[in-house]
Amino acid sequence: MPDGGAPVLDVKGLQTVFRTRSGEVHAVNSVSFQLQPGELLGVVGESGSGKSVTMMSLIGLLPSPPAEVRAGTVTFGGADLLKVREKQLRDIRGARIGFVFQDPMTSLNPVFTVGYQLAEPLRKHMGMDKAAARRRAVELLELVGIPDAARRLDDYPHQFSGGMRQRVMIAIALACEPEVLIADEPTTALDVTIQAQIIELMKELRQRLGMAVIWITHDLGVIAGIADRVMVMYGGQVVEQAPVKDLFATPQHPYTRALLQTVPHVTGARADRLNVIEGQPPVLSAPPRACPFRARCSHAFARCGQQNPPRVPVGPGHDAACFWNPETGAPRDV
Amino acid sequence: MFTYTIRRLLIAIPTLLFISLIIFMVVTLAPSDPTANLPLSIPSEVRAQIRASLGLDEPIWVRYLLWLRQFFWYEPLHMLDSAFGWSLATPDMQRILSWQTRSPVADLIVQRMPQTLWVVGTSYVVGVLIALPIGIISAYRQYSWFDQVGTFVSMVGFSVPTFFTGVLLIVVFSVQLGWFPSIYDTTHQVRDFGSFLFQVKQMIMPVAVLALYNAAQISRFMRASMLDNLNQDYVRTARAKGMSERVVVLVHVLRNSMIPVVTVIALGVPTVFGGAIITEQVFKVNGLGQLLIIAIQGGDVPTVQTLTFIFAVLIVLFNLIADILYGLLDPRIRYD
Repeated sequence: MPDGGAPVLDVKGLQTVFRTRSGEVHAVNSVSFQLQPGELLGVVGESGSGKSVTMMSLIGLLPSPPAEVRAGTVTFGGADLLKVREKQLRDIRGARIGFVFQDPMTSLNPVFTVGYQLAEPLRKHMGMDKAAARRRAVELLELVGIPDAARRLDDYPHQFSGGMRQRVMIAIALACEPEVLIADEPTTALDVTIQAQIIELMKELRQRLGMAVIWITHDLGVIAGIADRVMVMYGGQVVEQAPVKDLFATPQHPYTRALLQTVPHVTGARADRLNVIEGQPPVLSAPPRACPFRARCSHAFARCGQQNPPRVPVGPGHDAACFWNPETGAPRDV
Repeated sequence: MFTYTIRRLLIAIPTLLFISLIIFMVVTLAPSDPTANLPLSIPSEVRAQIRASLGLDEPIWVRYLLWLRQFFWYEPLHMLDSAFGWSLATPDMQRILSWQTRSPVADLIVQRMPQTLWVVGTSYVVGVLIALPIGIISAYRQYSWFDQVGTFVSMVGFSVPTFFTGVLLIVVFSVQLGWFPSIYDTTHQVRDFGSFLFQVKQMIMPVAVLALYNAAQISRFMRASMLDNLNQDYVRTARAKGMSERVVVLVHVLRNSMIPVVTVIALGVPTVFGGAIITEQVFKVNGLGQLLIIAIQGGDVPTVQTLTFIFAVLIVLFNLIADILYGLLDPRIRYD
């Protein structure tokens, strides 16, 4: 895992708000993180924790209105993506930052051939002509392991299976050899065997192409297998961030600990019930001034309701946003 | 696709035969008398003779079969004769004659078709051309002032009947301002720029009335269809690929949105041939719609029967065309 050096993507204090009829929803609250070149950053959290919204905000993919990025900087390639003009942003999207979305069944346009959809970014960003884009499209489909690639270019998405469609999505995302690939729950909509195939494919492609990857998921098992570093999100903020081994070995935040306990074990005595975290994640109508997890936290004390805990370093490359220290079982001195 | 089209065309034959029977029954059973418009001084025996000469003393099924033979056998032969100068039809093969004018119904239709196609056809084309951009922009800028105005105009166009908007336009632009003629002059011929200008002037009001009505309907369909598609995941994918908004909306979303709208547009085409009956009356355009009205009032069964049946043929035909277009636009649909 590369460390030090200049990050390929540097996000600071990102804040995203949705304006709805019933008021504002603060979906992302001062999220900061860095992505090193070639690194695979896993982002975990339950539904509504702001993982996807964070990544969409970076690159202006949220519909506005209702979404509005209020604050923060996103440094990529020497520019602040939140300040550059839409046209520059379009030249980055699909070219230097690729996306793979959750549902391959609906993410491809049903009325255009796979070849057309694959050639689009090549022609726009790489300035290829039709023939060159087609040749490259065949290479890309072969790269993601679609058999008989040249013939399948003229097929429509509905003629592909779910797993094959996700391979096509990956091929589209990788078309222009991006520096960063953002994969938003790329295996969630697939069945388990296909999931494993896609994960293997991503591992292999990452080694071959050397791009940095942000992998959004709520599946801790997937994260353990592929990530270099993990960021746990809750209530629109980062609650813990650590190298993957440290996170699984010494989780610091009560939410991370609870999350790890919800994973059922294959070995050992069979539990009667699955472990769950009681309660619902918060919907924030204002930036939180207290810990967003305190209502579901078994260690919460007075201070948790008065102040939102800042992220404090708890180990090398490891930080957590909590006042409670699991090692001493006492409040942390911050 | 080819075998599908052939199969559909074959299925259309019994469908149309059945429709023709229904039309014939309804028209024949209607309590109208072709001699009713004649002077009251004509004695009833003479009236009976007139009816007999029209074939009304025959049983219904004989009359129906005779009409079928005329429509599907004699008329096509006569048309081929006049088109290519052949002589396939013998003198005993009588054409379908209008009871009112005693001239062949086919000739009446040929006379009136151009007016209807010019006025109603133009208004349909204008309506579609207005409706599509309005629908697209309204959906893309949902709840903007453009969308609000568009919605309001659509509601007006949709709910205010054409006989009202037509008369309103006549009062304002013909009576008050005197810009356009209130009556459509069918005999007017375009020879030079001046007469062309007059043709445009006399077409403006009827075309405007019908175009508003058509555009109101189609723009709502277009807007709804665009809205359905704008929130789809593939739109996000297209944006994530760095495509410009123009490409996202006018290529990715539009192609998908057009699928249901093309069907609606195709299904609306037969109504063009049917003529806009009321609008033609208001502006005195003597097109097919007016012909139908006069024939109904005069109890002219052959004309009503033939016209109505031709409309039925067009509706069946454009249903088929709509289905074929649907298959061409949407690759997920294949008819085999």
